Amino acid sequence: MSIDLKTIKHISKLSRISVDEKKAEKLAGDLNSIFEFIEKLNELKTDNVQPLTSVAKTTLKLRDDEVKSKNLRDQIIKNSPQENEDYFVVPKVIE
Amino acid sequence: MSEITKQSLSELIKNIKDKKLSSTEVTKAFVERSEKSKKLNAYVTEDFSAAIDKAKKFDENPNLDLKLPGIPMAVKDLFCTKNVKTTAGSKILNNFIPTYESTVTQNIWNEGAILLGKLNCDEFAMGSSNETSFFGCVQNPIDKDLVPGGSSGGSSSAVAAQLTPITVGTDTGGSIRQPASFTGIVGLKPTYGSCSRYGIVAFASSLDQAGPMAQNVRDCALLHEVISSYDEKDSTSIDFKRNNYVKELTNNIKGKKIGIPKEYRVDAMPKEIEDLWKKGIDYVKDCGAEIIDISLPHTNYALPTYYIVAPAEASSNLARYDGVKYGFRADGENLIDMYEKTRSEGFGAEVQRRIMIGTYVLSSGYYDAYYLKAQKVRKLIKNDFDEAYKKVDAILTPSTPSSAFKIGEKTNDPVSMYLNDIFTVPVNLAGLPGISIPAGHDAKGYPLGLQIIGKAFDEQNLLNIAYAMEEKINFKNKITDWWIK
Repeated sequence: MSIDLKTIKHISKLSRISVDEKKAEKLAGDLNSIFEFIEKLNELKTDNVQPLTSVAKTTLKLRDDEVKSKNLRDQIIKNSPQENEDYFVVPKVIE
Repeated sequence: MSEITKQSLSELIKNIKDKKLSSTEVTKAFVERSEKSKKLNAYVTEDFSAAIDKAKKFDENPNLDLKLPGIPMAVKDLFCTKNVKTTAGSKILNNFIPTYESTVTQNIWNEGAILLGKLNCDEFAMGSSNETSFFGCVQNPIDKDLVPGGSSGGSSSAVAAQLTPITVGTDTGGSIRQPASFTGIVGLKPTYGSCSRYGIVAFASSLDQAGPMAQNVRDCALLHEVISSYDEKDSTSIDFKRNNYVKELTNNIKGKKIGIPKEYRVDAMPKEIEDLWKKGIDYVKDCGAEIIDISLPHTNYALPTYYIVAPAEASSNLARYDGVKYGFRADGENLIDMYEKTRSEGFGAEVQRRIMIGTYVLSSGYYDAYYLKAQKVRKLIKNDFDEAYKKVDAILTPSTPSSAFKIGEKTNDPVSMYLNDIFTVPVNLAGLPGISIPAGHDAKGYPLGLQIIGKAFDEQNLLNIAYAMEEKINFKNKITDWWIK
């Protein structure tokens, strides 16, 4: 299996990380060597194995649906790169 | 009394309780040594003057019943600390000031400890050498230009160099145990679910776990006792009866069955690691424990499994860094362009690489072949341990396949960097506790560690075995203070 530049461009789009040609080539090289290493898993037959999704044996606890923190507006927008009164500001979305 | 910064946590606590030392004296001593140690680059954020103020306040009305009375402590910069910058070693969080405190650090302050500052780490804890940090690599106090391990590299360096009496790190695939091994200190990765993940910058949520890094096993047990708690703010936190880890600490491990997994004898393992392991076996035998050969047949598949599961979870966790809610933002022509530039400029190369791997293995058409396959193999790896624990109480292995390497030695070869975690990763995949204790030196005088892996929630037994071995090993770290003029 080999990851080509077209695939890298596709993954970069899904990841929302822009890549130029040079970076794409470097990434293709790195990812190919990593996937070559990962392919080792194909040696194992796992048809009848249940996937492990959680190491903890406990089931999720139920709790009452009550508000515990309120009036956090200022805290929530405090670290935003750009805000306007009560809102986060982003580049214009609708023309 | 020996020099303040040379004292262990337990000694410092005793001296403060006996009123032979004040919190102010202790805090000032660690601040002073940290000030003289900037060359190590262990700190990302220093909070020294606030620490001294808090120490003075503590001394005005000292509560000596607390477990960490007036003890100064620096913590890994992956724990959110209220009103103190928290970067996770990343440019994308370079200006992030949390408005809340992580549960683990809150537990620490509740017992009277005082924040000294935030310690350097690999970006989002992704790395094994601290070289992926946006704030530069950290020097290992053992030798110049040697990596301190990673991702808790600032933490291991700071404890070994005595800039802080003890610290907390996090461990997703070895990030506490490997740096502990590289710097000659003790590091415990607790059972998944014993320490709350609330307020810890997330990397791979099914693997991440906070744990103590200390100069000795007793100190390690004490901090574990403080940080291990059930927390309803973390839905994977587990409500089980926690021990009084220090009070119940004993070096009597007579009759304990210790497993030696043959699969950990990896190809090209240096002879000194093999010899160290043999010495470790002799030590536990000397303590009256029984050695039993065991098999963990899927060991070789742990790293490939990890490099699917961890990046998959990371790609999802790190989707939150979009330049809107917090952190760094790059300007873009439109919303999508802003996202893409923010993430491209804000994340470093290793983090981008892992997000890409994770996105790929979760993407349509590849999910079954990679992610589902990895979850199945993860099950087989866990089954191996379950099977082994029918016969043994704990497992003894080397912590790492080599001693610390030079800065820059492995940065161009991601796979060779990943291989460093070969002995530690299976433990995270199975959710088990593991501890690394310093056990000897290689020919260059660099420390080497042994790892003990325990049953889930059996930290007490793990700490006891480590405690008994520590006494036999009698390890002395060789540190010359070369970085202080």
